Amino acid sequence: MAELLRLRGLIKRFGGLVATDGVDLTVQEGEVHALIGPNGAGKTTLVHLISGALRGNAGSVFFAGEELTHAPVHERVRRGLVRSYQVTSIFTRLSALDNALLAVQAAAGSSMRFWTPVRTERAFTRDARALLMRVGLLDRAEVVAGTLAHGEQRKLEVALALAARPRLLLLDEPLAGLGPEESLHMVELIGGLAGEVTIVLVEHDMDAVFKLAHRISVLVSGRIVATGAPDEIRSDARVRQAYLGDELGSAA
Amino acid sequence: MGVQLDHPLHAAVALPLLAALIVFPFVVLAIDEPFYVVLASRILIFALVATSLNLLVGFGGMVSFGHAAFLGAGAYVVAILMQHGVASAWIAWPAAVAVAALAALAIGAVCLRTRGVYFIMITLAFAQMVYFVFVSLKAYGGDDGLSLASRSVVAPGIDLNSDTLFYYVVLAFASTGFFLFARLVNSRFGRVLQGIRENETRMEALGYAVHRYKLGAFVLAGATAGLGGALLVNQNELASPGTLSWTQSGMLLTMVILGGVGYLWGGVMGAAALLLMEELLAAYTIHWQLGLGLVLLAVVLFAPNGLATLARAAGPGGRDG
Ligand SMILES: Nc1ncnc2c1ncn2[C@@H]1O[C@H](COP(=O)(O)OP(=O)(O)OP(=O)(O)O)[C@@H](O)[C@H]1O
Ligand SMILES: [Mg+2]
Repeated sequence: MAELLRLRGLIKRFGGLVATDGVDLTVQEGEVHALIGPNGAGKTTLVHLISGALRGNAGSVFFAGEELTHAPVHERVRRGLVRSYQVTSIFTRLSALDNALLAVQAAAGSSMRFWTPVRTERAFTRDARALLMRVGLLDRAEVVAGTLAHGEQRKLEVALALAARPRLLLLDEPLAGLGPEESLHMVELIGGLAGEVTIVLVEHDMDAVFKLAHRISVLVSGRIVATGAPDEIRSDARVRQAYLGDELGSAA
Repeated sequence: MGVQLDHPLHAAVALPLLAALIVFPFVVLAIDEPFYVVLASRILIFALVATSLNLLVGFGGMVSFGHAAFLGAGAYVVAILMQHGVASAWIAWPAAVAVAALAALAIGAVCLRTRGVYFIMITLAFAQMVYFVFVSLKAYGGDDGLSLASRSVVAPGIDLNSDTLFYYVVLAFASTGFFLFARLVNSRFGRVLQGIRENETRMEALGYAVHRYKLGAFVLAGATAGLGGALLVNQNELASPGTLSWTQSGMLLTMVILGGVGYLWGGVMGAAALLLMEELLAAYTIHWQLGLGLVLLAVVLFAPNGLATLARAAGPGGRDG
């Protein structure tokens, strides 16, 4: 397997707090790489650094052989480095379909076009509906996104990320706040994506992590304390001590 | 709470309105009230400028409190060129648009690094700087402004000093401008602007180069205001610092809010309502702004999203806007 993402010596400070403390990480093309760790470990901060929403104080980000350390978010997205948000970030006042349309349009070349009405671009509507279908929201297409149920909003969140046709998808707690049945659907959805796109999965739900991940990295206080196959992580003494504790027993 | 991204321009509304505006001078001249041609020109100019501001505020979510800077810049370019003997509209008007566009590019490049209240304050600050620059230029009238020897020269036989002819020139620009605006807001570019208004961070994460689109809109709006300034200075035959003042920027914002932020007809309706009210109330009292305040209060209470929403509720268009 080829290496798709490489982080070298990434550091991010918030005042005196070191949220990312010299992170080295490699993600192979095609794998589902889970990133776990206790609350406040710095997982979301790391996602921000990879996606470009935050700039690190030191270190570098390489994606598909190219250095993107200083590239803005939208350029990383154009290269296939796409993220979803832990706190749902959708267009709450627009319908689910209009949400999907904006996402589809973003992937359809330049929007510096001033004349043709978007509503006449049939391919957009077709692709947007296909996108909603994929995450199981097609029957909710006309509903204003802000009034969708929480679980549906999480699906829309993932749909928006998918529209960019990612090579690497950064999912920040896609299961956050979902009920058991909704979680099952989301795990199924992510499992289905796993074949076609590389995934970095930040998640607290250990059942989901051990079901989906090929490799797992454990982040504690901004440092990666272990990386390995699920079985190795499960039996790693440091990991047990630092974080997993009893949760492992229930997930095994 | 839902918001539509489509803003159809209904021919059933636009064409009769255009026809009425075309015959308007004949009617008022027939009843011997030529003043109304002048008033209508003024309304059309401000409709164009307020619409350009609505593109920023209503569609792009960029609340600029400095739009008068571009209006004034356009006006002064025409007046200054005239003072130096360049009277041709073919040179002066494009120059006004170009200078306003360049100013918008420079000012926008700085201001658009900020958001929200900071953006409001910094656009205001830049507009004030432009204001003081022109007030301090004694060679160009300073506080008194710069008057035009005559209106711009178009061609032999076409004399803009005729108010009626000037009206038709203004109508041509305003209606073309509005039509292009209606195309723009429904195009890919217009969709992106509205997406940025709704959730800028997510737009960036979808892969849009957000800053570029915002700056593009800012320059387009500035250039349009510059054109409005070129027309306005011809209408008034005077470029005055008042055109650049923060009260003028506030007036433009009031038009947009009164008419409907983010509605296709918002700028047009706001400009018409405000200027007509000014005209009516000023005939009765010098305290016409008090009356204006009361009307604004009523609009906020009964049509919080502006007059365009009233027309929408009553009109045939249904969900146009
Ligand atoms: N913008 C910020 N300014 C200051 N401190 C921050 C900022 N963002 C995060 N932090 C701090 O950095 C640390 C890491 O936060 P982060 O959100 O990355 O953790 P996390 O692993 O994603 O946690 P969770 O599992 O709760 O989502 C925390 O102590 C947090 O309080
Ligand atoms: Mg987090």
